[in-house]
Amino acid sequence: MSNVVLVDTQKCMACRGCQVACKDWNRLPAGVTKFRGTYTNPPTLQAHTWNHLVFSETDKGRWLFASLSCMHCNDAACINVCPMGALQRTKAGTVWPDTDKCIGCSICAQYCPFHVPQVSKATNKMGKCTGCAERVSQGLKPACVTTCPNGALLYGERGAMLKQARERVEVLKAQGFSGANIYGESEMNGLGRIYVLTETPAAYGLPEAPGYNATAWVWQLARRPLGTLTTIGLFSGLVAGFLRWRGERMQQRRGDYTI
Amino acid sequence: MTNHWIDYQHSDVIMAIGVNTAENHPMSMRWIDRARERGAKLISIDPRLTRTAAVADLWLPLRPGTDIALLGGLINYTIEKELYQREYIVNYTNAAYILDSGYFFADGIFSGYAEGSYNRDTWSYELDTEGNPRKDPSLQHPRCVFQVLKDHYARYDAETVCKIVGCSREDFELVASTYCATGAPDKAGNILYAMGITQSTHGSQNVRATAVLQLLLGNIGIPGGGVNAQRGEANVQGSTDMAMLYHILPGYLNMPQGMDHPTLADYNAKETPASSYWSNKPKFLISMLKAWWGEKATPENDFCYQWLPKLDGKNHSHIAIFEAMARGEIQGMFVWGQNPAVGGPQAELERKALENLDWMVAVDLFETETASFWRRPKADPASIKTEVFLLPAAASYEKDGSVSNSGRWIQWRHKAIEPPGEAKSDLWIADQLYKALRYHYSLGGVFPDPILGLNWDYGQGEEEPDIEKVALEINGYEIENHKPLENFTKLAADGSTACGCWIYSGYYNDLEDPPAKRRIREQKGIGTHADWAFAWPLNRRILYNRCSSDPSGKPWNPKVPLVFWEGGEWRMNDVPDFAWKDNPPENTAQSPFIMLPELQARLFSPGMADGPLPEHYEPAESPVHNVLSSQQNNPVITWWQGLGKLATREDFPYIGTTYRVSEHWQSGIMTRNSPWLAEMAPEMFVEISVQLAEKLGISNGSQVFVSTPRGEIKAVAYVTRRLKPMQVDGKLVEIVGMPWHWGYRGLFPGDSANVLTPHVGDPNTTIPEYKAFLCNIRRA
Repeated sequence: MSNVVLVDTQKCMACRGCQVACKDWNRLPAGVTKFRGTYTNPPTLQAHTWNHLVFSETDKGRWLFASLSCMHCNDAACINVCPMGALQRTKAGTVWPDTDKCIGCSICAQYCPFHVPQVSKATNKMGKCTGCAERVSQGLKPACVTTCPNGALLYGERGAMLKQARERVEVLKAQGFSGANIYGESEMNGLGRIYVLTETPAAYGLPEAPGYNATAWVWQLARRPLGTLTTIGLFSGLVAGFLRWRGERMQQRRGDYTI
Repeated sequence: MTNHWIDYQHSDVIMAIGVNTAENHPMSMRWIDRARERGAKLISIDPRLTRTAAVADLWLPLRPGTDIALLGGLINYTIEKELYQREYIVNYTNAAYILDSGYFFADGIFSGYAEGSYNRDTWSYELDTEGNPRKDPSLQHPRCVFQVLKDHYARYDAETVCKIVGCSREDFELVASTYCATGAPDKAGNILYAMGITQSTHGSQNVRATAVLQLLLGNIGIPGGGVNAQRGEANVQGSTDMAMLYHILPGYLNMPQGMDHPTLADYNAKETPASSYWSNKPKFLISMLKAWWGEKATPENDFCYQWLPKLDGKNHSHIAIFEAMARGEIQGMFVWGQNPAVGGPQAELERKALENLDWMVAVDLFETETASFWRRPKADPASIKTEVFLLPAAASYEKDGSVSNSGRWIQWRHKAIEPPGEAKSDLWIADQLYKALRYHYSLGGVFPDPILGLNWDYGQGEEEPDIEKVALEINGYEIENHKPLENFTKLAADGSTACGCWIYSGYYNDLEDPPAKRRIREQKGIGTHADWAFAWPLNRRILYNRCSSDPSGKPWNPKVPLVFWEGGEWRMNDVPDFAWKDNPPENTAQSPFIMLPELQARLFSPGMADGPLPEHYEPAESPVHNVLSSQQNNPVITWWQGLGKLATREDFPYIGTTYRVSEHWQSGIMTRNSPWLAEMAPEMFVEISVQLAEKLGISNGSQVFVSTPRGEIKAVAYVTRRLKPMQVDGKLVEIVGMPWHWGYRGLFPGDSANVLTPHVGDPNTTIPEYKAFLCNIRRA
């Protein structure tokens, strides 16, 4: 069984320790940002921002917080669509980005329903949460979890974390949060981040029914019979070149900025 | 704090008023959440829906500067509904004391008022023939403190309170019923506060109001209770303990006044009360003089008392210093780890005042706005004569030393890395400064004795001084053999002991294993962690802990017993804060507050500049009239010259308030130079309601100007549903909220909110009123 991160949004006080700890541990640089009328900043995940806190104001006057990072989906679009096999499933169950293999084609960025993978214009490489593989393999917790002051982020075996999440939902319902729910139990065949929410996923900026276009499977099917890396390189290089150009266009249009 | 951070886990209701605990003290939430796992409730009282309010069980939006109205309402609710703890207040407070017949209160003014100040003679107790205060334990006498308190706060009924505060009746009732339920003997209510309470023209009385409420509910001296000031900097508790303020000597001894205390005998006679632990004050002062001047301090020369500087009876706090500087009365200044050009009130006035200095030495990690005031925007460097020196200082990780947290825990920190470049520790800079002064005074000068006679020997030449020598001096030692003193109970007034700060005595009493360096977690117990660091005084973790048990010694809450009488002896989960050897327990039942002459807590306090009971007044600048009396403002405020004209309601219709965010620290000079933090909060912004934005045509994320008579700043508007207009006495009032972390230096510069704040403050402490003033806002 794999380990997951449990995000208890009702314990989170949005100190953003997770966001900074991630940059600290992974030596990720800061970018130049603007204040855009929300505390969420940088506004999206980036090749050099693998974790950020999303602040959402609801119509009912609540202020919701959610620590967002790679979901390490059990059914991960990125693994399936990457023409280079640069995204790999680790023994711990997380999705590892192999930067050496990455060609910066942005296909993963287009298919990920959570907009997690982002390609840096400076390095032409995709960057995203690694699940702190080098930490967890040594028995440590991911940096974001270690730094969380009050247990809003927990790390543990999936079954145990789900049990804890269910207990928290019951507690929250008893406190009057009738809409308390768990996100990530079945989405994408199970996420590597389990969220305890008190409102709908959309209220936190999470997709209600995450998925990805089935044609993405074509990539996987196409890759397997071809067999050798060389062939993949030749084939996908052509397509990837096109898709990368398209991906950059899309990024520009979205107003994202990476360094 | 009366209690400590870890103790929050024992609270049943936590009321955060004037403190944004999740945002500015995030670690507190670990212990608050521990309490909430047991079912405790968190109440947030704040004008904005902050990150604390967002995670709290209850949020009551309060108009800035109306804390006494709300707390007075809670006091009234407690008395009216008889939720107070009668046995507690009869025994542990001055509730039963009968007041002088000359005391009165009428239309916002207490007895004794004349020309901007109070004569406090009538704020006293009626004495019996032996000179002891008369008491009525039945609390029925019309002039007993309890009845006077009851009458005073009867005016703070729910309807009036809501009218002033701007909250709904429903919210008030919910907060009152939830919080005042902690008057039950086995329940603990915890009040957290910070600058939202103190930074006001009635800030000290705001604090007093929290204390009165807590005493009525029996919440002082118990686990999970207390009045807990959350300090805004890692070591601001330590700096206050060490007397960084002008009016005190280390350990909260009053600074000698030239007029009142010309000799040591005068000081001791006038400053030493007959009762309370302060009756030992001569031991504290003389041991301090011995620490400072060593062998030079002898009984014959009053232990060099005449070498201590004396006050001239005038105010020399922050605002007063800058007013004097503006008048050209100050030649030079050390700005040591401080940034008044951003953090001071009416900042542009203070920046301008710096131009009158001949020289300034700034000691800091970066070049601050203060250090570079001479090249600030719109300044003309050529016309500024001030010579500025910038000394690079080592950061906290680059030097050894202790840090005292809000819970009074003195914790030693070891140096982790070398400081970069030429940066030096503060101790090294102070040591070199002293050595240079000593050299120059050795050549001659006016009154060189206090400098040349200092007992200063921490290191040779330019080497890093031995900080353990400083620690030993603070802890205190026997003069004869330089052995560390066990604690301050060993201090003497005959010159046989030296001690730099009496309250710290005991923190470094074992050179091999100093308590301040201990890190032993408690295995079982109530979270006192007595072997983790050292808490002043005497490693006592919860002050006034006699109050945790009833007069017979039975714990009010048997689930969390602190000190309690069992089997014919006191059992202790903490260092007792009373004469525990004086038994049976009834002997100490009326003396649990050993630092007060009454030995009982003051619901009614004769010691304040502005009244014995907290009374609501409007902030210096307010959009409304005082509903409770015709006295608009605190009658004894000092209206400083530099303030100029107050903002009028017509030209400046909105309430401005300032605060901090998690991402930045104080004047921002460290955090705005830290890219990871600055990227999260890159620009100065102001928060306004959706309604105000619509009215003024301001869109979210657009540029705005905010102005007061003191100046104007530019910022980005954050239009948010977290701030709502308030109904105040039938008038709709809007609030403009702004962080104050920005300035014109650093990687991420921006305008400072303190350009807008006024030079006016509390009459007891002169703390500036940063939290409530009038302003205007318009599209840029």
